[in-house]
Amino acid sequence: MPSTPLAPLHLAVALDGTGWHPASWREPVARPRELFTAAYWADLIAEAERGLLDFVTIEDGLGPQSSHFLDPDDRRDQVRGRLDAVLIAARVAPLTRHIGLVPTVVATHTEPFHISKAIATLDYVSTGRAGLRVQITARPNEAAHFGRRTLPRIAAYDDPAAREVVTDLFDEAADHVEVVRRLWDSWEDDAEIRDVATGRFIDRDKLHYIDFEGRYFSVRGPSITPRPPQGQPPVTALAHDTVPYRLVARAADVGYVTPHDTGQARAIIAEIRAEQSAAGRAGEPLHVFADLVVHLDDDPAEAAARRDRLDTLAGEEYTSDARVFTGTPAQLADLLQELQSAGLTGFRLRPAVAGYDLPAITRGLVPELQRRGAFRRAYEADTLRGLLGLPRPANRYAAA
Amino acid sequence: MTKPQKQIHLAAHFPGVNNTTVWSDPEAGSHIEFASFAHFARTAERAKFDFLFLAEGLRLREQGGKIYDLDVVGRPDTFTVLAALAAVTDHLGLTGTINSTFNEPYEVARQFASLDHLSGGRAAWNVVTSWDAFTGENFRRGGFLPQEERYSRAKEFLATANELFDSWRDDDLVADQAAGVFLRDAGAGAFVHRGQHFDIHGRFNVPRSPQGRPVIFQAGDSDEGREFAAAGADAIFSRYAALDTGQSFYTDVKSRLARYGRRPDDLLILPAASFVLGDTDAEAEELAKEVRRRQVSGATAIKHLEFVWNRDLSGYDPDGPLPDVDPLPGEHTVARGRAQVRMYRDPLATAREWRELAAAHNWSIRDLVIETGNRQTFVGSPATVAETINAYVQADAADGFILVPHITPGGLDGFADRVVPLLQERGVFRTEYTGPTLRDHLGLAHPDDARGERAAS
Repeated sequence: MPSTPLAPLHLAVALDGTGWHPASWREPVARPRELFTAAYWADLIAEAERGLLDFVTIEDGLGPQSSHFLDPDDRRDQVRGRLDAVLIAARVAPLTRHIGLVPTVVATHTEPFHISKAIATLDYVSTGRAGLRVQITARPNEAAHFGRRTLPRIAAYDDPAAREVVTDLFDEAADHVEVVRRLWDSWEDDAEIRDVATGRFIDRDKLHYIDFEGRYFSVRGPSITPRPPQGQPPVTALAHDTVPYRLVARAADVGYVTPHDTGQARAIIAEIRAEQSAAGRAGEPLHVFADLVVHLDDDPAEAAARRDRLDTLAGEEYTSDARVFTGTPAQLADLLQELQSAGLTGFRLRPAVAGYDLPAITRGLVPELQRRGAFRRAYEADTLRGLLGLPRPANRYAAA
Repeated sequence: MTKPQKQIHLAAHFPGVNNTTVWSDPEAGSHIEFASFAHFARTAERAKFDFLFLAEGLRLREQGGKIYDLDVVGRPDTFTVLAALAAVTDHLGLTGTINSTFNEPYEVARQFASLDHLSGGRAAWNVVTSWDAFTGENFRRGGFLPQEERYSRAKEFLATANELFDSWRDDDLVADQAAGVFLRDAGAGAFVHRGQHFDIHGRFNVPRSPQGRPVIFQAGDSDEGREFAAAGADAIFSRYAALDTGQSFYTDVKSRLARYGRRPDDLLILPAASFVLGDTDAEAEELAKEVRRRQVSGATAIKHLEFVWNRDLSGYDPDGPLPDVDPLPGEHTVARGRAQVRMYRDPLATAREWRELAAAHNWSIRDLVIETGNRQTFVGSPATVAETINAYVQADAADGFILVPHITPGGLDGFADRVVPLLQERGVFRTEYTGPTLRDHLGLAHPDDARGERAAS
């Protein structure tokens, strides 16, 4: 244990199908036939809420999952298909009370106007627990699902030859988020007046055109949906490189990064903080969470055995952008606290098998962290911003 | 009696962003908080209604260059609210209006298929289309669609969405853990669509949903709109709730079905209908009059007149006579983002007719607007309303009604408690749901039954 007490950690769980290991659906606990039912997702998120987690993210994509980097595959031995993440979050919102709900939204092919009102509405139906995780896609096959543009084929996101394409996609995502945020503010909080004497339902001086004009699109506004309960639901993004770090620094409230050790974590955080200053946001709270894939069991040998069994079923060792941890909840707690010392404020854990590793987080890791004084013992806020220690922001359009 | 009694279909339209909705009533609650939607949906489900209906608007309405502020303003995202309502109801159908112009088929098909999965087969899509550049200003493509192409795009949009819904077969999802086979066929979800408006291909990523496809609604009234409905819709949200106009619409649309190899029962006609209940018919009439006055304030009456006059009439006294100036001819420029202006195809004739009416009855501007519009469809005691609704349905003016209360969220409560039991006593409305899906409630076949592909169970 570290000698000086650290601030309590924030913990999120990333939900993706039956888990992040491609063979996870083969495990007896996996319920693969129920993946496309509300009950499956309601159960997972109830478990996360039982563990007092800050929020869950829900993966999504505008095409089938694939074992290839940028192309579809024709495998029949892995989970293919998923439900819309915003709708899963909305479906579960009335069944939960405290946990934040952060669906993935793909900026590349979607309308910021629709996304803004969808997340605002998620914030209404969850009474202040919505967020969004913004993602880009460079997959040519997904572009073909929309038929509105073709994307040049790239070799890898961090390939120097791809830099221009990737930079454009992230710049577009930054514009997308800017429009989404302006639309959330396009109604002042007290715009609805219901003034019977004058017959006016709203004070239209408190509604604002956002008049966004960018390289990729223009949006006039205002939103059709009033400002959401949190004002600005948290925006989150996963980042692996300078270009996406810049998106996190410019536009996000929570960034997910993938350091494999404390040294890497320190370097990434320094880069993000520098970009944050460059963007003029130095004083604003910005969480940086590390992502980790986790295989957990009270018996470390059993955790390793399960990992090996899954790798055998998959036909290859599972590797990921994020570090893959295998061990006990107590060992994971040690690692989280060690990584935290680099300046991380929390973690987004990716359960290798949702049916095993999510309960191991909520029933093993969380009590361990609580014993160390490193995690909350009860929900102490009723909004996601509140759980993350983010104040409710002033409206950019309101007269000071 | 030779003909068996038709069963009535009933649905609940969440009070809308227009002056039917009386927000000034002390009983009127929030139009945006989820609690209002949950209350409304639970009432509809308690009354065994077929479905709840949500409208949509993608640009706040403007008049005279300013955001229109006299009606309820603001609404939630359709898909998100319907998905949340699936959590607080078990049987109620969930019908949402989604514009086909400012969306893409792959995304909308994913959303409806997801909603259908997450609600256990209760999703329905009211397909609407618009073309105006005014709404387009909120979207990537702007006002890209010529007016004359709006139905051709909508038709191709729906056809493409159907191809996506059909791209997975019921048995494509195997998920055999022991054998390690998740998909029966590696090509599950494969599609190719090449057309005038959409040129897309790839793989759809949502497996086939409980209803196969969502139930399809159509609301347009033009000849093209009716043909669109006859070709591919399951139900029409119509505006003809009166006996005579309802019957002629019903006959017209149902007669178009044979051309598409469809039977009259394959397309339901469900007009929007407002209502006011009282203990007696006389009391209901008084209440209805009061509601109409609340729906049309003096300021609202002036704005309504501007739809026809197409000019600023703010200098006129709503309690005074009609303007003696004539409507401005040409393109309508005063009111934007609302459908009503298209109802007055000959503004000069309408103005002349209204002046004559006002002169004959000594009506002020406000009186005229109240008297010429906004008459509630069903006014009376619960017994009268139940009897009228049943008579209209049995006389083929409709297959049922989409009720539009004027108070949020409690405006349906009285109907649920006082009218529905009378319809149930007559044996023309269900006392229990007989199946889990909206298709079950509406008596519509599963699309696989029509294709002969569904395994008998």
